[in-house]
Amino acid sequence: MSTDNGLKSGSNLEKILKAGHFAFTGELGPPRGTGAKEVIEKAQHLKGNVDSVNITDNQTAVVRMASWAASLLLVQEGLEPNFQMVCRDRNRLAMQADILGVYTHGVKNMLCLSGDHAKFGDHPDAKGVFDIDSMQLIAMVKQMRDEGKFLGGAEIEHPPKIFIGAASNPFAVPHEWRVHRLAKKIEAGVDFIQTQCIYNMERFRQFIKEANDMGLTEKCFILAGVTPMKSVGMAKYMKNKVPGMDVPDEIIERLQGAGKGKVAEEGIKIACEQIEEFKEMKGVAGVHLMAIEWEHKVPEIAERAGVLPRPTVE
Amino acid sequence: MIVAKRKPFDEIMEMLEEYKKVLVVGCGTCVAVCLVGGEKEANILATELEMARKLADNPIEVDSVTLERQCDREYLAELDDKQTDYDALISMACGVGIQFLAERFPDKPVFPAVDTAGLAVNQAVGWYEERCRSCQQCVLAWTGGICPVTMCAKGLYNGPCGGTNLGNCEIDPDQPCAWYLIHERLAKQGRLHHIKQIYEAVGWRDTMPRTLIQPGYKKPEKEEAK
Ligand code: SF4
Repeated sequence: MSTDNGLKSGSNLEKILKAGHFAFTGELGPPRGTGAKEVIEKAQHLKGNVDSVNITDNQTAVVRMASWAASLLLVQEGLEPNFQMVCRDRNRLAMQADILGVYTHGVKNMLCLSGDHAKFGDHPDAKGVFDIDSMQLIAMVKQMRDEGKFLGGAEIEHPPKIFIGAASNPFAVPHEWRVHRLAKKIEAGVDFIQTQCIYNMERFRQFIKEANDMGLTEKCFILAGVTPMKSVGMAKYMKNKVPGMDVPDEIIERLQGAGKGKVAEEGIKIACEQIEEFKEMKGVAGVHLMAIEWEHKVPEIAERAGVLPRPTVE
Repeated sequence: MIVAKRKPFDEIMEMLEEYKKVLVVGCGTCVAVCLVGGEKEANILATELEMARKLADNPIEVDSVTLERQCDREYLAELDDKQTDYDALISMACGVGIQFLAERFPDKPVFPAVDTAGLAVNQAVGWYEERCRSCQQCVLAWTGGICPVTMCAKGLYNGPCGGTNLGNCEIDPDQPCAWYLIHERLAKQGRLHHIKQIYEAVGWRDTMPRTLIQPGYKKPEKEEAK
């Protein structure tokens, strides 16, 4: 079901994508405390340079300011948040309550995630909730929006009109399963996908080709995940320590070859080259830039990647 | 079978501190098989307690007895007279047996000597791996005989998550990813269509105490239950 204008949510991100523009989204991690100022400062680097900003939800299972609260700060600052929600920390009642709450305050995009296991975080003994999983969360948000019903079946007064996002990891094995999992998410009701950080372009091309062949890229918008490498250490850490990440040796060698003081610059260069390729890649509708604790670099990266100015769609 | 692990000795000592005459009650079924609470282990605990308490200048008299099963009324009945001689009972059965013992002798303090650790298989002598969380709605038919509720660290019904790591789970490189295994097995059997379908939100059945009555049986009258 759509709103009168044919849009599901009317979010800026939805309008940009439906108008056929190449989307460019950013990310912001809430602080480990109550510093609203910190959020607002980070947001200033993103304002006008991205179409929507992902607000992470207790990322890596570390307690931070609630993603809904940081999302509201962005709304107040005139940015469009993409409210992330993980299945680890809340049951279906709390999730639906939060969805109603954020929508009331103007949040129109959501990213539905499983969430990293608590073992990685600062409360490793916490009980993971996982009352529903990310697939079921997508279906729940869609039901709330399109049928106007809670998961339990009761009617919602003024249902939340959310543009529904999810993640996809093209690099996890077995590779042949990845498109089927994407297909499942589309069937569950996802409108857009933001992928895991891409470094192995070869593998990503293959994934997109398969998604194109199965007609999946016509059914949802795929935003390619890009994270510029800041250092060789970061690249090695991502390669060896972050589950589900695929960093080819060429990337590490290229960063190593950049020479002293020029590694971060090389990282940005690689990211910009990737973005150039994504712009031309059939089936890729945009880029999701995860400049982790590097928000102040976003204006420069956006400029150099040639995605500015951001279009406005009425 | 049900597996359990013995509680740390200090914890057991603390529980029994104020008692002078205690009966260790072993169980001859699951906990005996998994080498934690059978006759042998019950005797060892009794001896350990007596020695430790002697050293602590707080002597205790400990006997031990091992029942065939502590989750069955008829075996518990064997203790009806015997238990009257003791200040307290310490059970080496699983949590089920411990509670049934406490229920039978409501005036007697009953303590646990083990931590019950789940429904597990015997991989080798002394090595057990959990396989079932008794969710009461078995999905093994669609998951190639591998339980995602137990074997996936997030209990996902539509896995794998994005953290699946070259066949292993994101929590530990030595822990296989349940969903990787499920995919592998179903692919081999040509049954991947089962997991291409979305498994809808689960109606949890293990969130309150459960009673099970098999077809053709009924709940006994109050008197019979005693
Ligand atoms: S990696 Fe596999 S087993 Fe571990 S939580 Fe994710 S899906 Fe479950």
